Amino acid sequence: MRKILLMGNPNVGKSVIFSRLTGVQVIASNYPGTTVEYTKGYMRLGDEKVEIIDVPGTYTLEPTSKAEEVAVGMLKEGDIVINVIDATNLERNLNLTLQLLKRKVPVIVALNIYDEACHTGIDIDVEKLEKILGVPVIPTCAITAEGIHKLVSKIKEAKEGSYEYEDEERWHEIGNIVKSVQKITHRHHRFVERLGDATIRPGTGLPIALILMFVIFWVIRFIGENLIAYVFEPIFEKLWAPLMMKLSHIMGSGGFLHDILIGRLIDGKIEFMESFGLLTTGLFVPFAAVLPYIFAFYLVLSFLEDSGYLPRLGVLVDNVMHRLGLHGLSIVPMMLGLGCNVPGAMATRILETRRERFIGMTLMAIAVPCMAQLAMIIGLVGQSGVTGLALVFGTLFIVWVLLGIIMNLLLKGESPEIFTEIPAYRIPYFGALLKKLWMRIKGFIKEAVPFVCLGVLIVNILYSLHVVDFIANFTAPIITKVFGLPSEAVAALIVGFLRKDVAIGMLVPLNLTLKQLVIASVILAMYFPCVATFAVMVRELGIKDMLKSVLIMILSTVIVGVILNLLLR
Amino acid sequence: MKEMDLTQVESNTKGIVAKILGGRRMMKKLETLGIRIGCELEKVSSHIMRGPVVVRVGNTRAAIGYGMAKKIIIEQEKNVE
Repeated sequence: MRKILLMGNPNVGKSVIFSRLTGVQVIASNYPGTTVEYTKGYMRLGDEKVEIIDVPGTYTLEPTSKAEEVAVGMLKEGDIVINVIDATNLERNLNLTLQLLKRKVPVIVALNIYDEACHTGIDIDVEKLEKILGVPVIPTCAITAEGIHKLVSKIKEAKEGSYEYEDEERWHEIGNIVKSVQKITHRHHRFVERLGDATIRPGTGLPIALILMFVIFWVIRFIGENLIAYVFEPIFEKLWAPLMMKLSHIMGSGGFLHDILIGRLIDGKIEFMESFGLLTTGLFVPFAAVLPYIFAFYLVLSFLEDSGYLPRLGVLVDNVMHRLGLHGLSIVPMMLGLGCNVPGAMATRILETRRERFIGMTLMAIAVPCMAQLAMIIGLVGQSGVTGLALVFGTLFIVWVLLGIIMNLLLKGESPEIFTEIPAYRIPYFGALLKKLWMRIKGFIKEAVPFVCLGVLIVNILYSLHVVDFIANFTAPIITKVFGLPSEAVAALIVGFLRKDVAIGMLVPLNLTLKQLVIASVILAMYFPCVATFAVMVRELGIKDMLKSVLIMILSTVIVGVILNLLLR
Repeated sequence: MKEMDLTQVESNTKGIVAKILGGRRMMKKLETLGIRIGCELEKVSSHIMRGPVVVRVGNTRAAIGYGMAKKIIIEQEKNVE
């Protein structure tokens, strides 16, 4: 199958064109040997089925980061390149185009965001540009699908560039091209642009960011809570519970298999959070307790990503992040980590040095709980009001800051500085947003459900073999004296290696006080990453650094647990 | 004409990049967003406590860390509106 590569600078609407060209079947995969993710899909080109690959955005073929290295590597495998360029930023974008024309690969140029260029008074002579570059140039507006048909029909006319130039003279050549094809008649500062500037000036930007964070938290909680209360809980309580009760009767309301599938009956009924059977708690936790929050979180996050706000947030928090040995852009992996630590840890690839990645991943594994865990904490601790939640999140935030400062002081080396494009604000294209949301939710279901079930299964086996009692006896001094928790809580710590959401669920039948709930939630978040995150971290950091990271995790968990136990009443 | 580094330039003023006091790596990095010797840029804002400087080059806006901005020398006309 022929491969068509979509290449271009970041933030030029490449993904929107990708989502316009491809059908429903879209796959996200890792480039071999790296954690750099790319998406591919398929389209029909006449009678031929071709593969479309959305190559990670790159400014140049002289790579400056891991993601750009991958982009260059992929170029070797492509049969045709669709070079997507931003018509409002012709000069900068042509830098990549000219480099592409030197490679012996057929190229077609999609002159995207063409409508906006027209609106803002940038006039580009497309025919002339086509003649100079020697390859087809198609004006497009991916958001409204204008020009996409023409782009598809012209793909077969893609050809190797005929433009000759010396590498040293590239910017000079670009300057000449731009001068001869582009006329700027009048340049408006649009309202959006002014708004854009307001969100990066410190005076206005910080208050806007704070308000935005508050709104985001509120929206996620609103969507999550209501989906649970009005959709998922009723489905489980009204439809699934009666079915399970019937099954329970058939199996004689007890016995080994019954306890594994249905779990323990509480007052003769199924309690989805406490029964701990594969078909009850094992399904309820991922689908009814966590999925609604995952949906809400990724909906909001995808919107933020596609609107272009995240780099601005990075600029605003840059000087704070510097104290933690990171730079502003590391706020992006941290926010992704709030959804799930696995993609969060992978996203640290945008940071250039090993030191930054070590600090970033360690901080995330310790103090950034994932949405699955958050959903369960909100459900459990939130029952007794906001105080408990504020204590849990406040503690984790303080740990995040202090630990970052300490690591920055102790670890050798310096962290590089922020250097990033701040893209223009764009209204996200709904289709591309939905596709991304769907891919993330599918990923969650595929990854989480088997592990949750495995976790529930292991809990049952541990209990029936009295392993938990054995370990509880053994660890009781630490768990009770140091953390002030009942000795049975150790079972949650064991399961937490597998899934943190199941682990929090295991606290439910223990009837903990608010103080104990807060301590248990905090140490469950901190002490160790779940197995999926652990695997990614080992791959990214290597065994030696991972051991260092684990040591920091355990040490800080014990310290924080003791302090909370002493301070709280 | 006066020369100063990018952190000293006032917000909302324009200037020409006269020198970049950095190695090849830094030059290449800056070049990806179109910042190179001889180009015109406008400073949009700066942040307190050695925060990043935001500039506009052509139609691109870029954030540049404080230390990096210190190495970009700008030449300004005396009277700019």
